[in-house]
Amino acid sequence: MTESAITGVDPDESSGRAHQAEAASFGGVLMKVAGYAAMVAVLLLVAAPLFWIVITSIKERPDIYTQPAQWWPSPPTADGYKAATTDIEFWSYFKNSLIITTILSIAKIVLGVLSAYALSLLRFPGRTIIFVIVIAALMVPNQITVISNYALVSQLGWRNTYQGIIIPLAGVAFGTFLMRNQFLSVPGEIIEAARLDGAGPMKLLWRVVLPMSWPTLIAFSIITVVNEWNEYLWPFLMSDDARTGTLPVGLTQLQNNDGITNWGPVMAATVLAMLPVLIVFLALQRHMIKGLTAGAVKG
Amino acid sequence: MASVYFDGATRRHKGNARPSVDSVTLDIEDGEFLVLVGPSGCGKSTTLRMLAGLEPVDDGTIYIDGHDQRGVRPRDRDVAMVFQSYALYPNMSAEENMAFALRNAGMGKAEAHQRVLEAAKILELEPLLGRKPGQLSGGQRQRVAMGRAIVRQPKVFCMDEPLSNLDAKLRVSTRAQIAALQRRLGVTTVYVTHDQVEAMTMGHRVAVLNAGVLQQVDTPEALYDRPVNTFVAGFIGSPAINLVEAPVRDGQADLLGAPVPLQQRADAERVILGVRPESWTVGAQGVPVRVELVESLGAEAFVYGRPEGDPDGPRLTVRLEKKLRPEVGDVLTIAPVPAEVHVFDAESGQRLA
Ligand SMILES: Nc1ncnc2c1ncn2[C@@H]1O[C@H](COP(=O)(O)OP(=O)(O)OP(=O)(O)O)[C@@H](O)[C@H]1O
Ligand SMILES: [Mg+2]
Repeated sequence: MTESAITGVDPDESSGRAHQAEAASFGGVLMKVAGYAAMVAVLLLVAAPLFWIVITSIKERPDIYTQPAQWWPSPPTADGYKAATTDIEFWSYFKNSLIITTILSIAKIVLGVLSAYALSLLRFPGRTIIFVIVIAALMVPNQITVISNYALVSQLGWRNTYQGIIIPLAGVAFGTFLMRNQFLSVPGEIIEAARLDGAGPMKLLWRVVLPMSWPTLIAFSIITVVNEWNEYLWPFLMSDDARTGTLPVGLTQLQNNDGITNWGPVMAATVLAMLPVLIVFLALQRHMIKGLTAGAVKG
Repeated sequence: MASVYFDGATRRHKGNARPSVDSVTLDIEDGEFLVLVGPSGCGKSTTLRMLAGLEPVDDGTIYIDGHDQRGVRPRDRDVAMVFQSYALYPNMSAEENMAFALRNAGMGKAEAHQRVLEAAKILELEPLLGRKPGQLSGGQRQRVAMGRAIVRQPKVFCMDEPLSNLDAKLRVSTRAQIAALQRRLGVTTVYVTHDQVEAMTMGHRVAVLNAGVLQQVDTPEALYDRPVNTFVAGFIGSPAINLVEAPVRDGQADLLGAPVPLQQRADAERVILGVRPESWTVGAQGVPVRVELVESLGAEAFVYGRPEGDPDGPRLTVRLEKKLRPEVGDVLTIAPVPAEVHVFDAESGQRLA
């Protein structure tokens, strides 16, 4: 995810060219080499572990532990995948992950957008105080609230239920914060124009403000989906088995199945767990296009 | 269509010592084109936004069509606004931009389309209706913004410097188009500008605002010929009027040595005399002026200079006809045309005669 996606300000082509021009004027070749070196370094840092996960997942069991390390599996095998999907109730975990992530993401996005909208564009008494409280909530690490949440949720008898996992996680300080700042960056005259044009609050949000905020909203959505998909601690505490456990929880079960960890299936399951978010990311990032506000004011 | 009446409308922004708009009372007739001018920060936009309901009125009130607008929401005022930035919806096509208000008001798709087409025809926007604002030029965006206002057939148009983002040439043609359009539609219009020429050429009447206080509301000619105070005199007209403080002796003001008879308040000690650049005659008698700068515009020329032998004296502007072209450093003897001299009180700056 690029930074521009998060801020919603996309560097367009011309600024790209400006960067190039700047780089060239800085002593051309040297800057270019440095740039590529940095890129390669980042790539190695990010891609090497990923590569290792993938090839481990298709190695035969003894090959995983050989020294020196094998950089290419010979021969590749699908055993790891078979084990990953049969040793544990993989599809059941998968289904739970899907359900919980979907509901949580939708809840978080809707709540985030609506609360941000209220806090940025609607006028009501106590608005600033509410915003400060939201920011304060953002400062509290999740781990701190885990114990009290656990006590509360288990008292309600919600362990091993979807709502037990979903509801405590549905708070959205981050989304409120991010979307509020995005909404505040929408030119005030456009909002006034819409008010004069007789747009009510929902229409203003849906037809005017949100369409100008897609890049930020999509960035927020991707972050949310990835976060919820990978959420580990709380679902792990809330579920004892495959009834409500999510994939990360399932992966732990796979690890501990027979005392020593069989890394082949674990890596295979990891790859399988990665795929859905990867697809979501690829599908959404296309929409983080530039110039959504082009021509709105002046130009 | 409606009349607009500002009744002592005042706006105080938090943290400012003075009101941004200070009890403005202004009567705008049905169908009138009123231009609101004044220097930057004088409260033009604020006045307009109060009329549109985008800014609260802290004191006094505003009537549209005789109805008190206190507590009336912007959307219910039936006022259309053209913003300086145009404020088009970037995600909608030109047509959707224009139809947005109509659809919000519950008009059917077909009817709204019809209305948009009519407006597009007037504004020559027909081939551009499918384009998004980002695909339009500045002038085209300006017309879409106009279109968005006129499709609504509102009671009042509010326009806040709608031409300031256009280049000089386009501004001239668009200026004429807007004035013609307003005459054709007959919708009461309040037009904000800080451009002299727009103020003098577009409207039926011009309201001059300074520091939130309304100075004078009059036809462009009256504003030029009979400014009520030194501010209006100095603000209207380009190049600006010469304002010179002059002592009074024996019922005559002494304009740098040239006598100017006073009809009124001949007993005052000092007055301020206002002489437009074209109200001088060049001759043998009067004030000798050393020329510092000559601006030749072809048909006419403006000469700037100071009284001879008085380098700290007031800088005077003189308009000359074609035949006379002094050089820098020449001395020109000028005398004011007595009938065209404006006389203002030295303390208050108010017009005396
Ligand atoms: N939201 C605000 N808060 C505080 N002061 C404000 C606010 N809006 C405007 N003002 C003040 O009110 C005064 C009038 O502002 P306004 O925007 O009406 O000026 P203007 O005549 O439109 O100027 P310009 O020609 O530069 O657009 C200014 O002194 C400005 O500082
Ligand atoms: Mg303004």
